[in-house]
Amino acid sequence: MNYLFAACAVIWFLLFAYVFTIAKRQQKIQDELARIQELLDHPRNPGK
Amino acid sequence: MKLQTLFALLTFVVMLAALYAIFIYAPTELTMGVVQRIFYFHVSSDWISFLAIFFAVTYSIRFLMTGERELDTKAAAAFEVGFIFCTLGIVSGMIWAKPVWGIWWTWDPRLTSMFVLWLIYIGYLMLRRLLESPEQRARLSAVFGILGAVDVPIIYMSNRWWRTQHPQPVMGGGESSGLEPQMWVAFFLALTAFTLFYLYLWKIRCNLEQTTETVETLQRQIEIRLKEAR
Repeated sequence: MNYLFAACAVIWFLLFAYVFTIAKRQQKIQDELARIQELLDHPRNPGK
Repeated sequence: MKLQTLFALLTFVVMLAALYAIFIYAPTELTMGVVQRIFYFHVSSDWISFLAIFFAVTYSIRFLMTGERELDTKAAAAFEVGFIFCTLGIVSGMIWAKPVWGIWWTWDPRLTSMFVLWLIYIGYLMLRRLLESPEQRARLSAVFGILGAVDVPIIYMSNRWWRTQHPQPVMGGGESSGLEPQMWVAFFLALTAFTLFYLYLWKIRCNLEQTTETVETLQRQIEIRLKEAR
């Protein structure tokens, strides 16, 4: 029973960890996209 | 409702049904006991590592024939998600092996060829990280992926060609192979749930890769504008 529990725990932990990293990467790239879009729209004020 | 949300819901429902079938509906195996239920996760994960390679090779071949960058993106996404499931297959197999064989690992043909597949996945992902030129990265990783896929038939046939510690195949393994009817139901539900989950993750990963490429294109445009401004 302990081994079954361990296997399930490892499987779901790895899968959720992977989904979490995808979500983090998606968020990071969307922030970068928004920043670049802003830079292209207002090239003279890149900081805003 | 978006198609992707509907697909996620469908995956969730099938996964719940699979978990019910694995833990409640399917009978407990007489020799190994409750630990045999790892089988449903282990075989499904290994199945996905093969499916991912099939996806990746198909898109890699098409990329080499057409040069379309989108196909390379799809192959890369298939490889990355496949690597996760390959890892799950190996780890769940090790956890299953300990109470049944008394050891976590042995270098028998099936396990070794599976480990080689895991190394091929890592090699592919490292290659993509190391190469900076997008064209070179796409072309070389496609070739590497196609060559690496040779390992899949070896894994599949390993416990047919050689006498191994690993059990004989459940499907197509002769007269002594097979499962109880209720176990088949749980097995096919688990396979379906894992396949749907893989497809869902692959689609998300493709979208992420395409967004990344959009960002890189915009960054290049900015560099061109800055050069023009100077």
